[in-house]
Amino acid sequence: MTETEIRISNFSISIDQRQVLKNITVDIPKNQITAIIGPSGCGKSTLLRSMNRLIDLHENVRTEGMILIHDQNVLDPAIDLSNLRKKVGMIAQAPNPLPMSIYDNVVYGLRIHGQGDHGTMDKRAEECLKKVGLWNEVHDRLKEPASRLSLGQQQRLCLARALAVEPEILLCDETTSALDPISAKHIENELTGLKNDYSILFVTHILRQAKRLADYVIFLYLGELVEHGPAHEVFTNPKDPRTKAYFEGVFG
Amino acid sequence: MMDRRTAEESFFKTLMYLSIIIVVGSLFLVFAIVIMKGIGALNIAMVTQVPHGGYYLGREGGILNAIIGSVYLSTGAIIFASVISLPTAWYLQNYSERSNYATLVRSMLDVAAGIPSLIYGAFIFLVMIMVHARASLLWGIITVGVFLVPLLTRAIDEIMQMVPAKLKEASLSLGASRLETIFHVVTRQALPGIITAVLVAFGRGIGDAASVLFTAGYTDSIPTSLNDPVATLPLAIFFQLGTPFPQVQQRAYASGIILLIIVFVICIGSRYLSKKFTKYVIK
Repeated sequence: MTETEIRISNFSISIDQRQVLKNITVDIPKNQITAIIGPSGCGKSTLLRSMNRLIDLHENVRTEGMILIHDQNVLDPAIDLSNLRKKVGMIAQAPNPLPMSIYDNVVYGLRIHGQGDHGTMDKRAEECLKKVGLWNEVHDRLKEPASRLSLGQQQRLCLARALAVEPEILLCDETTSALDPISAKHIENELTGLKNDYSILFVTHILRQAKRLADYVIFLYLGELVEHGPAHEVFTNPKDPRTKAYFEGVFG
Repeated sequence: MMDRRTAEESFFKTLMYLSIIIVVGSLFLVFAIVIMKGIGALNIAMVTQVPHGGYYLGREGGILNAIIGSVYLSTGAIIFASVISLPTAWYLQNYSERSNYATLVRSMLDVAAGIPSLIYGAFIFLVMIMVHARASLLWGIITVGVFLVPLLTRAIDEIMQMVPAKLKEASLSLGASRLETIFHVVTRQALPGIITAVLVAFGRGIGDAASVLFTAGYTDSIPTSLNDPVATLPLAIFFQLGTPFPQVQQRAYASGIILLIIVFVICIGSRYLSKKFTKYVIK
């Protein structure tokens, strides 16, 4: 039996009076890759952005239910957001390096969280850049602007930047969709290598990618949780007709 | 026969060319007239000497007092304005997404930016009467500074609003607060634009005559302290043009050339400086 990292129970969210997710209840396993799949507009990203409270950027958000990470309700208005987001890292859809050098990008989070002494930062920067396989490519030009890297390198830099603050959970929002196939493959490999130490949630609408990566699968459709379970079970023997239809390419 | 699309296109093309000719042409005319009328009076004494006795009657001297005065005054004013404008812009950014209050402040600043500078001068003059102050460099700086604040604040605010949301999200999702994000990411990304805005405001300040008409005084000497009255180039032009002597009027145009050169140098400088700071900017 695997441990649970995130416990979502009866979670609903509406933005501007429009219900985006309805009554989601699911446990997300620890140290596995959980793929959240479903057609566009089904609420995948919103679910992800609820877990690090990036939904706060919207106005008129109403939530019900709970998202528990280590018995702490993420949706609690009194929660320490800075701490939450340190624990729950995020890698966006398109690479979003910050307007600073490669090195400063990686250690940005450390500086924010008051771990900005040079020894720690240098060590952590090297460690994290090695983890994402970028060290050999950039170690002699750490002071160069991050914008000079290729898109694929930028996305790995963003991954390294997220890792630098030592999160426990990584949220990936279609993290490879803006990349060429080789760079995408690169990221997939890094993520697979990381799953022993991190719980990874991966939003994608590419079924083949979900099949390659996922240990656990959550299928969302029109804001509802249709089916979830270990990847091999869901992919080989989907129970719900909607899941079956989606896999067969009837929609989405 | 021309179809509708071709006709439309040639209509708007004509409109575009006409407009650009009017804009560039009138600018060129202003330059040409100022230079033609002033070049004869332009000499080295103008930029190296202060007015001697009877300068405004056509005797010897220069307008170094006004050149230095203008530089002092605008430099002081732009520092004063920046110190107020940047935090105000930060404030607006911090609350922009969800506050009617920020919207209110923005529209008030827009109105304030539209008020003629003479009104600011008159207002500060009233304040000066209340505190029994005399016209001086300090009050000139305050006047021009106050007049520049709304312009500069809104310029910086607009530039910061153009920073892509994904950059802010990147910072927030690493645990940075809204303010930290504004300081470390938004300001950095917007820096080249902010520098341009500051230098454009400097240009506005140095070219404005009306605001300091009552508050800076006017003097033939170079100020040595903040409490001294100060001459400015626009006022020097104004006074010289107001004399009945043609050769003094010609000097007004020569002073105009000097002012044009200063503003031109600022423009080039702002281009250069903001380019220098684009190194890390995310495109």
